[in-house]
Amino acid sequence: MDITKLTVHELKEKLNNKEITISEITKAYADRIKEKEPDVQAFITTLCDEAITEAKQIEDKVNNKEIEEEYAGIPIGIKDNMCTKGIKTTCASKMLENFVSPYDATVIEKLKEEHIITLGKLNMDEFAMGASTEYSAFKKTRNPWNLNTVPGGSSGGSAAAVAAELVPWALGSDTGGSIRQPAAFCGVVGLKPTYGLISRYGLVAFASSLDQIGPITKDVKDSAILLNIIAGYDKKDTTSEKREKVDYVQALKNDVKGMKIGIPKEYFGEGINKEVKAKLEEAIEKYKELGAIVEECSLDIADYALATYYIIACAEASSNLGRFDGIRYGYRTQNYTNLKEIYKNSRSEAFGEEVKRRIILGTYVLSSGYYDAYYKRAQQVRTLVRQKFDEVFEKYDVLLTPTSPTVAFEIGTKSSNPLEMYLADICTVSLNIAGLPGISIPCGVDSNNMPIGMQLIGQRFGEETILNAAYTYEQAIKFRENHKPEFKGGAC
Amino acid sequence: MAREDYEIVMGLEVHAELSTKTKIFCSCPTEFGGDPNTHTCPICMAMPGTLPVLNEKVVEYAVKAGLATNCEISRNSKNDRKNYFYPDLPKSYQISQFDKPICEHGYVEIESENGEKRKIRLTRIHIEEDAGKLNHNEFGGGSLVDLNRAGVPLIEIVSEPDLRSAKEAEEYLRKLKSILEYIEVSDCKMQEGSLRADVNVSVRKKGALEYGTRAEMKNMNSFRSIVRAIEYEADRQIEVIEDGGKIEQETLRWDDVSGRTFSMRDKEDAQDYRYFPDPDLVAIRLSEEYIEDIRKNLPELPESRKARYIGEYGLSEKDSNLLTASKYLSNLFEAAETICKNAKAVANWLLSDISKILNEREMEPDQIPFTAEQLAKMISLIDKGTISSAIAKKVVEELFENPKDPEEIIKEKGWIQISDEGAIKEVVEKILQANPQSIADFKAGKDKALRFLVGQAMKETKGKANPQMLNKMFLEELNK
Repeated sequence: MDITKLTVHELKEKLNNKEITISEITKAYADRIKEKEPDVQAFITTLCDEAITEAKQIEDKVNNKEIEEEYAGIPIGIKDNMCTKGIKTTCASKMLENFVSPYDATVIEKLKEEHIITLGKLNMDEFAMGASTEYSAFKKTRNPWNLNTVPGGSSGGSAAAVAAELVPWALGSDTGGSIRQPAAFCGVVGLKPTYGLISRYGLVAFASSLDQIGPITKDVKDSAILLNIIAGYDKKDTTSEKREKVDYVQALKNDVKGMKIGIPKEYFGEGINKEVKAKLEEAIEKYKELGAIVEECSLDIADYALATYYIIACAEASSNLGRFDGIRYGYRTQNYTNLKEIYKNSRSEAFGEEVKRRIILGTYVLSSGYYDAYYKRAQQVRTLVRQKFDEVFEKYDVLLTPTSPTVAFEIGTKSSNPLEMYLADICTVSLNIAGLPGISIPCGVDSNNMPIGMQLIGQRFGEETILNAAYTYEQAIKFRENHKPEFKGGAC
Repeated sequence: MAREDYEIVMGLEVHAELSTKTKIFCSCPTEFGGDPNTHTCPICMAMPGTLPVLNEKVVEYAVKAGLATNCEISRNSKNDRKNYFYPDLPKSYQISQFDKPICEHGYVEIESENGEKRKIRLTRIHIEEDAGKLNHNEFGGGSLVDLNRAGVPLIEIVSEPDLRSAKEAEEYLRKLKSILEYIEVSDCKMQEGSLRADVNVSVRKKGALEYGTRAEMKNMNSFRSIVRAIEYEADRQIEVIEDGGKIEQETLRWDDVSGRTFSMRDKEDAQDYRYFPDPDLVAIRLSEEYIEDIRKNLPELPESRKARYIGEYGLSEKDSNLLTASKYLSNLFEAAETICKNAKAVANWLLSDISKILNEREMEPDQIPFTAEQLAKMISLIDKGTISSAIAKKVVEELFENPKDPEEIIKEKGWIQISDEGAIKEVVEKILQANPQSIADFKAGKDKALRFLVGQAMKETKGKANPQMLNKMFLEELNK
């Protein structure tokens, strides 16, 4: 039996049946990392030896019934922008290359309470700014479906690691599409929860009003399981919401009869790759077959959403990244004679080009004289985007769109053109602006055997609905059974 | 033109540290002092990924301050980020309030030099966090950052440019300080920096309608230096204008030692703080009930305590004013009065000898080292005739140096009044023998001679003789 091929709920079943042991799981992943990581380059920090030791300890405690948590001993990969006590948290930046957090993020605490084992910290675009993971200061992660293409971003390490079966599941973060787009590129499931469902405490902030942590998994059920573990109000994050606990696994009914699905026509227009469009149309037909009521609708805010997103995200980032000043932690230049030079040279030397570009853009839109024209206006448009979604959701339970207009592109083809890179977020950013949940699931492959992602959008805290819609479709098309990453192409 | 042809125009921005137990956005203690960086946590040190959570007490205290200064309380308010780089500001932004402060449009009533009552308008009161401290050159050439103070809650109280003299500015600040002390939201210890003021000063020709260009003097933390700085700066500005120059809008630092202002280095070349709403914090919404509840539970304010002193103790308006200006002084008065039941004497001692010493030593009432019990005991000793007023003055001085039971002080120092008739008689006879001329003078009708003789007797007894008895006995002897 190849343990790394299994989903988490399958692992759990085998553990229950005593077909495998906790130690065997972590050992199998450690071996798989040894084998495939040189090709994929998904990790910034691997913790295989520590994980094996921890797995043994947990196994003993489970056997002695000292630990009863359901998913105790399952390993996980963590995007390297979530703080882990005693383990480096780099944000894939030279700025934090050697930074060790003195505390655990709330999501990490929750994983520890469940006795889930961290296998390592995963690569990403520097400070989560990018759509290809090429902006990591340390390495370029490769897409397991074709090693010459990008895994998407910014949670490219997380998506590639799940797709390559280097981890059974992973945590990513999504500010404008950073979970969903790499999930689509890598043929896995990625869920961006409603803003406020999951604590952001300990997630190194990119854009505070948009950032949200979420699962990247092999299938929909695993996403529901991981969401059960990490969701919930946190008194350390006042933007998280107090809500009654929901069991997301219970929401997976494998039934969409009567569900109203809207197809916003603006997401299927110009710029959408033909093969992507064709697969999405097949998916729409499949939903009809399954008994859903599918209708075309209009969401004419998509054009403004991208500009609004980049103004708000950059404005917040310019302020959030101010703390990386070379004074208390992180990189400090060797080259200074006064305070101003510490700031200037530390930041110039340690931030990458894309991060600098966004800090400058954000500083500009907040400057006096420009604030009203940019930031304030963007906030007004943000309100309109929310209202528009509210209107559409009066008629539909779920909206269906492509996750990305294209499949994964080749490494190096967009990284020098920021505008083209920003367009990769066109289908995903409006959800962050409106705070809505979205899930990306694979709906097929193109003629080059590259996966295509479908995005399902829900109402605020409508995770149960989109998880059920995704699950029902997944059960019908059985993507994982029919398509596998081939690790084709080679290291260049 | 002369100095008198100009009018000084001032507005104050007063920062008061709130006396909440914990910081504004984390649960670290606000206590003053402590080894560097011991009152800190990942949040107030701005470690990556941390988030602020607003301390509800801070909102409550700010609302209290607003209600006590006649402000309107905003039902909807929010926190904004003020962005700038400085090593004492770990997040590189200060969480403050920009366009929606928690309190607006208030006023504080003061009495100006000519006894006229004036309302000084408050533009706003907002909440914000304090920065850390830099310790310069302590070890070698560098500066060290201490973040104990980072995140201590502040309210900033901004006045309109309604103040017209240094004395008025002082009066306003004293009034504000006493209000904050009364409602117990700040300990207002200026020497520890928990109350400090930025003073905006401009001058204009009397009768002019437009304000002059203002200069801002930062972080003043004693009444004396505020008065000196305003006077210096106003004179400087008048001189510049008289010489045909122009006032530059600038930020100044007052140097107490040289007694002059210096232009301060800017924190950044251009001060564009790029304010925007802090996305980490939710809006502050206050209900009517919440505000009314705080209003109902406001403690007694200086104005009503003053009225009580006039009515209950029969003190003069002036004395009542002076006593109630400081909550500490006022509490000391009430506590001592309760023990010795001599309100007038307690008020007199506090406002004359004790205030004089405070002034000489540049101390604030809360630095008075002795207790209400000790003060009351001293007054009882006078009332019982155990010590004279002259001795009591010495006792007060001693209480400042080495506070303890006044009875012990007078015993140790041998200051007990001589009221023994035999002993007094002995002294009187001795003085009369030594001063035959005075006897003659008295008999010739010169009353001054009696005072001279009593004075001599006091000198002889080192002030310990009971003056009434001396008087009486000299008269008896002289009239024999």
